[in-house]
Amino acid sequence: MSLSDVPGSGALLSVQQLTKLFGSFAACNHIDLDIAHGEIHALLGENGAGKSTLVKMLFGVLEPTEGHILWEGQPVSIGSPGDARKLGIGMVFQHFSLFEALTVAENIALSLDDSIPIGRIAEEARALSRAYGLPLDPHAHVADLSVGERQRIEIVRALLQNPKLIILDEPTSVLTPQEADKLFETLFKLKAEGKSVLYISHRLEEVQRICDRATVLRNGSVTGACDPRQETPASLARMMVGSDVATVTHPDRGNKGDVQLSVSNLSVSARTPFAMPLKDVSLTVRSGEILAIAGVAGNGQGELFDALSGEYPVSSPDAITIRKKAVGTQGITARRLLGAGFVPEERHGHAAVSAMKLSDNLVLARSQSDRRAFLGGSFLKVIRRGAVKTATKRIADAMDVRKSGEDPAAGSLSGGNLQKFIVGRELDRQPAVLVVNQPTWGVDAGAASRIRQALVDLARNGSAVVVISQDLDEIFEVATEIAVISEGRLSQPFPAGELSREKIGLLMGGLHEGKTASETANAH
Amino acid sequence: MRIELEKRPQASKLYGFVSPLLALALTLIAGAIMFAILGKNPVEALDAFFLEPLLEVWSLHELAVKAAPLIMIGVGLAVCYRSNNWNIGAEGQFTIGAITGSILPIVFTEWHSPAVLPLMLVMGAIGGALFAAIPALLKAHFNTNEILTSLMLVYIAQLFLDWLIRGAWRNPQGFNFPESVPFPPEATLPAIWEESGRAHWAFVFAIVAALLVWFMLKYTLRGFEIVVLGQSERAGRFAGFSSKKMIWFSFLFSGALAGLAGISEVSGSIGHLQPAISPGYGFTAIIVAFLGRLNPLGIIASGLVLALTYLGGEAAQLSLGVSDKVTRVFQGLLLFFVLSCDTLIYYKIRIVWLRVRGGVA
Repeated sequence: MSLSDVPGSGALLSVQQLTKLFGSFAACNHIDLDIAHGEIHALLGENGAGKSTLVKMLFGVLEPTEGHILWEGQPVSIGSPGDARKLGIGMVFQHFSLFEALTVAENIALSLDDSIPIGRIAEEARALSRAYGLPLDPHAHVADLSVGERQRIEIVRALLQNPKLIILDEPTSVLTPQEADKLFETLFKLKAEGKSVLYISHRLEEVQRICDRATVLRNGSVTGACDPRQETPASLARMMVGSDVATVTHPDRGNKGDVQLSVSNLSVSARTPFAMPLKDVSLTVRSGEILAIAGVAGNGQGELFDALSGEYPVSSPDAITIRKKAVGTQGITARRLLGAGFVPEERHGHAAVSAMKLSDNLVLARSQSDRRAFLGGSFLKVIRRGAVKTATKRIADAMDVRKSGEDPAAGSLSGGNLQKFIVGRELDRQPAVLVVNQPTWGVDAGAASRIRQALVDLARNGSAVVVISQDLDEIFEVATEIAVISEGRLSQPFPAGELSREKIGLLMGGLHEGKTASETANAH
Repeated sequence: MRIELEKRPQASKLYGFVSPLLALALTLIAGAIMFAILGKNPVEALDAFFLEPLLEVWSLHELAVKAAPLIMIGVGLAVCYRSNNWNIGAEGQFTIGAITGSILPIVFTEWHSPAVLPLMLVMGAIGGALFAAIPALLKAHFNTNEILTSLMLVYIAQLFLDWLIRGAWRNPQGFNFPESVPFPPEATLPAIWEESGRAHWAFVFAIVAALLVWFMLKYTLRGFEIVVLGQSERAGRFAGFSSKKMIWFSFLFSGALAGLAGISEVSGSIGHLQPAISPGYGFTAIIVAFLGRLNPLGIIASGLVLALTYLGGEAAQLSLGVSDKVTRVFQGLLLFFVLSCDTLIYYKIRIVWLRVRGGVA
């Protein structure tokens, strides 16, 4: 193993045979890991590979079942995040733990173990954020900040403890490419000061760009330790997935047909205080097209999906037309009957009911569109279990859904397999219009490539597809047209070949620009 | 040492069945301790409470009489609770159903017809449904908490009945007792099997209602809608179901069944209207619904068990000389143990002996 050149004794943190069992399931199975002083170490792996479980043990959130953790050569037991912080471990979680109604300084104060006057915290936070190129106004309310800025709070909060090791969990999943670049500069600064970084990600090109070493996890075990710069994305992906990942064959851009879905000047006010209003959104999708809508999370994607699906109908019938019918005020069932299919972002509790069987989850989306096949007994509307089960099996086979048993509860499937089922449930109808929100969010690479290929094939067969996604790689893989959503406004669409990553990045940050600049001035 | 609850990957089928039995056993043990503290022989007391009422034919009839309203209300509540609508006011809907159902025999005393009884039952069901429509309206349009509104309406219904019986509907020939005129024979729900005891048709209604609701929940799209909306409103919306319509449906449905139970009780068991017509059936039915796992077939069984606590309470009062509050204690214990044993369906219990820590502390 290539680890042998770094003896465990000289490492900042050394993990030996660390194991965590949940019942009989080994989330982490005899993991070895060494992090040297002043290195950026990548922890690579798909969702469910055990990355989060491992770092939770390092940060004292979970207790290891077996194994040892050595900190600067000394065996330690980390019983709580407080212990971890005292040792010198700081952590930035993927899901922020911030109080939106409090200011930046107040949020930082809450995480500190000792009581320090708030003014001093604000001063220190301001100084630190300036030193590391993370402009931040300590007196701003969190609710008013962008996702990137919120992440800075978490990072500054970790840095204030002057840690020797900082753990970052999927930090770029919520950032624009430009914001990510800024973050990388900060990480290089930390490295230059001799601090170590444990960087968790499943984005290969990022890891290759900034990390000195990488440890790859699969199914709870270490499957490789390497220098990512010596590897190719394909070889890293192989270590992560265990087999080669099929590449999506790009759609040909020949046969575009009639407009199947169009939205004109749609404005929707925010339903809740934390929702993003849609402002004057227009789009058209023809058969054969895949319109991808890029954007940073929380810029109106969910609201746009709700309006398109009809889960929350809009006030004007003409604002949305599906196959030339004005459907703005109609609900999701009417739109399904016109041949539209929908895949929401959240699998559990929105696209599927976790506790219900797969066959029930098929009825969930198709009780009306397939009522002739699925319902009997005239007005009693008795569900025909036999027909539903047959269709469930057909979908599972078509999409290669791996499951335990014939008809298990949706919640027992892995994210990727459930997503394949949810997408397959719509594809099975051959919808004329398909709207998908974050089709491969939190899905393993194998399933993701399968889903993307299915979307491309659907469009090729003459359907109109809208893909709302935060994942630029995915967008470049499937889209024929790309538009960008930012603060509830949708940009004009561009043909996929004409847009560079940088251009999309600028559009994604587009309306944030002015604000960020003013806050930068504020912080200085 | 600490005790950890570990989530099971899937709900345990075994404990789905064992948990209510375990809850029953724990209730009996706690009950035995309670009797011992009261200075009674626990074995004798439990025997008097739970076994003796089952040994005689007439008391089996009583069991059916007490179980009928519990089951009828319980299956209605199961529909509510499965769809995530928390109707706690069945007692009030029961009371109003009894009042509206009694309009014919009390106000229109001169009208004699075989149609009286069926009309009474229908009017009782409508009354209960309309009274349940109040919390439904408040929840659907003003987003109020239905637990509070439906519960508060119970007291309004009970005081309204009290006012009615002491006022306008008091029997002029009743020596100033707070009672209505007695119902004529054609307004009385007949006994099922007259020769052996007084169990009346309400019990048949209850069983039929339970079977119909069971069929609806298990086989029909409506039942599917109820379960989906109960699990996740968002998924229900995605399926094209309306949670607002479900608020209306579940409240009107459970209100109608509670109202039907109310008029059946008055017409079949009491024979006139009086201020106290229920020993808390509407509240006990909540326990019945949960002990029966919100499954109509389970509710038939749990309705019989809870009916036994009423009979046992009466028997214990006579033979042991303890207060009939014992009934409420047993019902409370049962609900407590049922809800806590349900944890075992979704979680495993593990006892972790904490290791001695080295390093930092």
